[in-house]
Amino acid sequence: MPRKSDVGAKIEDVGIEIDGDVSDSEDDTSRRRGNRRPTAGRGGARGRGKKPADEDEEDEEEEEAPRNRRGANKKKAAKSRDTDDESEDDTPKRRQGRAANKGAANKKKGGKAQDNDEDSEEEKGNKRNKKGATGKKGKEEETKDKKGDAKGKGKGKEKEDEKDKKKKKKKKKESSSDTDSNTNSEEESMSEGEMERLKEEVEEKKKVIAIMRNKPWRMKRRLVHLKECQEFVDKFEGALGKGKGRKFYAYKVMMTKKWIKFQRDFENFKTTCIPWERKIKEVESHFGSSVASYFIFLRWMYGMNMVLFGLTFGLVVIPEVLMGLPYGSIPRKTVPRAEQSTAQDYSVLMDFNGYCKYSVLFYGYYNNQRTIGLLKFRLPLSYLMVGVGTFGYSLMVVIRTMAKNADVGGGDGDDGEFTFAWKMFTSWDYLIGNAETADNKYASITTSFKESIVDEQENQKDENIHLRRFLRVLANFMIICCLGGSGYLIFFVVKRSQEFANRDDLSWYEKNELELIMSLLGLVCPPLFETIAELEEYHPRIALKWQLGRIFALFLGNLYTFLFALFDEVNNKLEEEVSIRNASIWAQKEYYANFTLYNNDTDTTPPPMDPSDVIRGPCWETAVGIEFVKLTVSDIQVTYLTILIGDFARAVIVRFLNYCWCWDLEATYPSYGEFDISGNVLGLVFNQGMIWMGAFYAPGLVGINVLRLLSSMYYQCWAVMATNVPHERVFKASKSNNFYMGLLLLILFLSLLPVVYTIMTLPPSFDCGPFSGKAKMFDVIMETIDLDLPAFLGTLMGYAANPGLIIPAVLLMWNDIYWIFQTFLTNQKLKNWDCKIIQPP
Amino acid sequence: MLHDCTFFTRKEILQLHGRFHELAPHLVPLDYTNQPDIRLPLALIVSMPELKENPFRNRIVEVFSEDGQGNLSFNDFVDMFSALCETAPRELKTIYAFKIYDFNVDNFLCKEDLEKTLNRLTKGELTPEEVNLVCTKAMEEADLDGDSKLSFSDFENMISKAPDFLSTFHLRI
Repeated sequence: MPRKSDVGAKIEDVGIEIDGDVSDSEDDTSRRRGNRRPTAGRGGARGRGKKPADEDEEDEEEEEAPRNRRGANKKKAAKSRDTDDESEDDTPKRRQGRAANKGAANKKKGGKAQDNDEDSEEEKGNKRNKKGATGKKGKEEETKDKKGDAKGKGKGKEKEDEKDKKKKKKKKKESSSDTDSNTNSEEESMSEGEMERLKEEVEEKKKVIAIMRNKPWRMKRRLVHLKECQEFVDKFEGALGKGKGRKFYAYKVMMTKKWIKFQRDFENFKTTCIPWERKIKEVESHFGSSVASYFIFLRWMYGMNMVLFGLTFGLVVIPEVLMGLPYGSIPRKTVPRAEQSTAQDYSVLMDFNGYCKYSVLFYGYYNNQRTIGLLKFRLPLSYLMVGVGTFGYSLMVVIRTMAKNADVGGGDGDDGEFTFAWKMFTSWDYLIGNAETADNKYASITTSFKESIVDEQENQKDENIHLRRFLRVLANFMIICCLGGSGYLIFFVVKRSQEFANRDDLSWYEKNELELIMSLLGLVCPPLFETIAELEEYHPRIALKWQLGRIFALFLGNLYTFLFALFDEVNNKLEEEVSIRNASIWAQKEYYANFTLYNNDTDTTPPPMDPSDVIRGPCWETAVGIEFVKLTVSDIQVTYLTILIGDFARAVIVRFLNYCWCWDLEATYPSYGEFDISGNVLGLVFNQGMIWMGAFYAPGLVGINVLRLLSSMYYQCWAVMATNVPHERVFKASKSNNFYMGLLLLILFLSLLPVVYTIMTLPPSFDCGPFSGKAKMFDVIMETIDLDLPAFLGTLMGYAANPGLIIPAVLLMWNDIYWIFQTFLTNQKLKNWDCKIIQPP
Repeated sequence: MLHDCTFFTRKEILQLHGRFHELAPHLVPLDYTNQPDIRLPLALIVSMPELKENPFRNRIVEVFSEDGQGNLSFNDFVDMFSALCETAPRELKTIYAFKIYDFNVDNFLCKEDLEKTLNRLTKGELTPEEVNLVCTKAMEEADLDGDSKLSFSDFENMISKAPDFLSTFHLRI
């Protein structure tokens, strides 16, 4: 349809509109635009006023929908509004509608796959162009059309009326013709005030688009409003720039849109990469959200460990393997002659001695050459930086996740405040999709209500406070004894393992005693604590917190005792080192002396001593690394064995022995196990703590952990589905997500301490590792600053290290932290009153 | 675009369409370009595995349907899952939770609504006196303005402090 007739129709409309009538005029001509401008501001204001009124409407009926849309058209056009009098518009609209139908039909080709978007959009764009759109508009209109089309498609999915469909297409055509006239009228000047108001309107529409999904409206209404807002924004954003700046502004707008689209695509892509979604959903529908939260936590840990693994591997291990000296070339990389005969034995390898010890897995393998290979890769610097970066990255990720979860927490409410109301409205877990679980849930909800009723009635009774307090003190005393006992046991075992280190005839048990004892303690003590806690008679939620706290103390105590014992060993090795160093220097001199003696030739330089013959220092870092690796591996073994025996064997026995047993094994003791969420989560958290501690001394540890998490995921998912039953008790620890994250953060700090201490104070071994030969490990940074960076940076840093500068900086930081904390507190208060939130700097 | 109106990514919306289609393959077209007006009845929707075991499934579907009888178009279907998904904000979920538990649709949670909720939750296992006790206590706890029924603000005030609300009031597709 030729444009002229359209324009003709429009001009007719114009006559009506100039009088300030209704309308959604779609078709602008320059004259009308000029007329409209002065009223645009008023229209804009009224438009804004109208919008909230719209939002208050309840769900629309059919005649309301067209009215809304016509109203929307009016806003879009920023014209004066009267709500009556739309009939005059109908005729021209319908005429255009029929014309637009043709184009629309082609446009709708894409169907549900939006990848057809581009095709049909091109076509529509072409059709529009054919209809006489001027070339001037060019790209801008294309993009606007594209947006309009995409919206149309989305909206199209739920079209309910043919009539609505036509009107919608008319609107689109209208918007395109609007753009037509926009460009035509670009020569016209707009007053500054109009511009400003228009800008505000556009901003507002953008805001509405952003919060559209949060509104509790029906989908249809949302789509309608979304469409009109987007069209408004499209139309006027382009018009806001003028004159020479216009092209650049339009370009900027287009780039922003492309960037948004790119971001959206990237988000879409990212969600496709999330693994194990189906598996977790299955577990969730069988066991509820609390068990699934463990697996979600596991998946998150896996992600974090993958990143750490990538860092370590990419920046430390691979360069050493590719560009460093190969095995056997220098003493630190070779198995000493004395051990060579047994270096390949399975038992030796399982102990991480032999070839394992002299491989990239451990600290000792790395050479201290300042730069290696063609690229002059600075390995020692990279090693140190990766070690520090591991902690930095982990810290950042944990805090970010905590902040995201903090909103969800919603305050810990008194246990007594809304018990019944909460039980009624929040106890059913909507994720349950399995009949058996649902039955269980009904039963547990009923039980929990009955318990609360009984509690409520009992509250009237007088309790014997003194007896209860005495029992609680007794229970705590017993538990502290247990904790002390376990700490001492570990200390004792570590001392024994030091003695064992000097002997050669060790049984398997004696060799692995330390790790076994630690893992067994972690296995036996928690149920012991639970039994003792029966004395205390706390409310289940409080009892769970105590239990978690005690298990945490147990693990922490064990870990730190282990560390202290290890430090003892390290100090011993350091002393040993001094004497060995002297011995090796003597040996070297002797070798040269022998050589010259036998060759009688003082000119030639003797070949270097065979690497396996050089006397080797004790290399305490590798020893520490080996200890951590052995601990981790035994932890893994114990966990898997426990699941196998404690859950699987138990389930098999209960299932099959039930036929020939006197009492009902399934209903009473021992029955099937429940999934121990807190135990497993704590195990995971502590495992991560050990990794963090050991990663600096054994770069391969992170790789081992990644493998462990991967296999754990599949193994535990299988075990939980095959051998566990859903929980009977209905409660779970409140804010558990952030609680576990908080634990992780604490462990992170605690694992940071030993590593930082060793980096700062202990001298590195003289003959192994990337820092050998230096006085302290961080000397490598000083060296880099001196040699690699330009001179002025060195002097600058020298000045910056001045205490006179550092102290004010620290004070400033404290001030900042205090300020942020205060705004946080105020925000919490304000949030409770639903007020606006202060933004931190 | 549906993208902007819901909390779903494109992949999830396509997935949802697949599920919707599965429910009634002969009714729901694969191709939505002609904007068909297809509504699936309540009985079909509540047969979905995610809703099958939920004691409030009928109410949920009724709340999101336009006619209040439970007939969902694809629009409403997506809306339902979006409002109940993990990333929906607390306020939105509170609004819908209120509507779901309001059995007689009078914008208040009166004692009968609470009793119906409780009976569905416990499958009628509690005695009438116990039911009465629980409902009275719950009303006492949450009713701030003392009119012996819960308005939306009472409900919201009570739910905002509940630690489990967001994690239990959540459907995953």
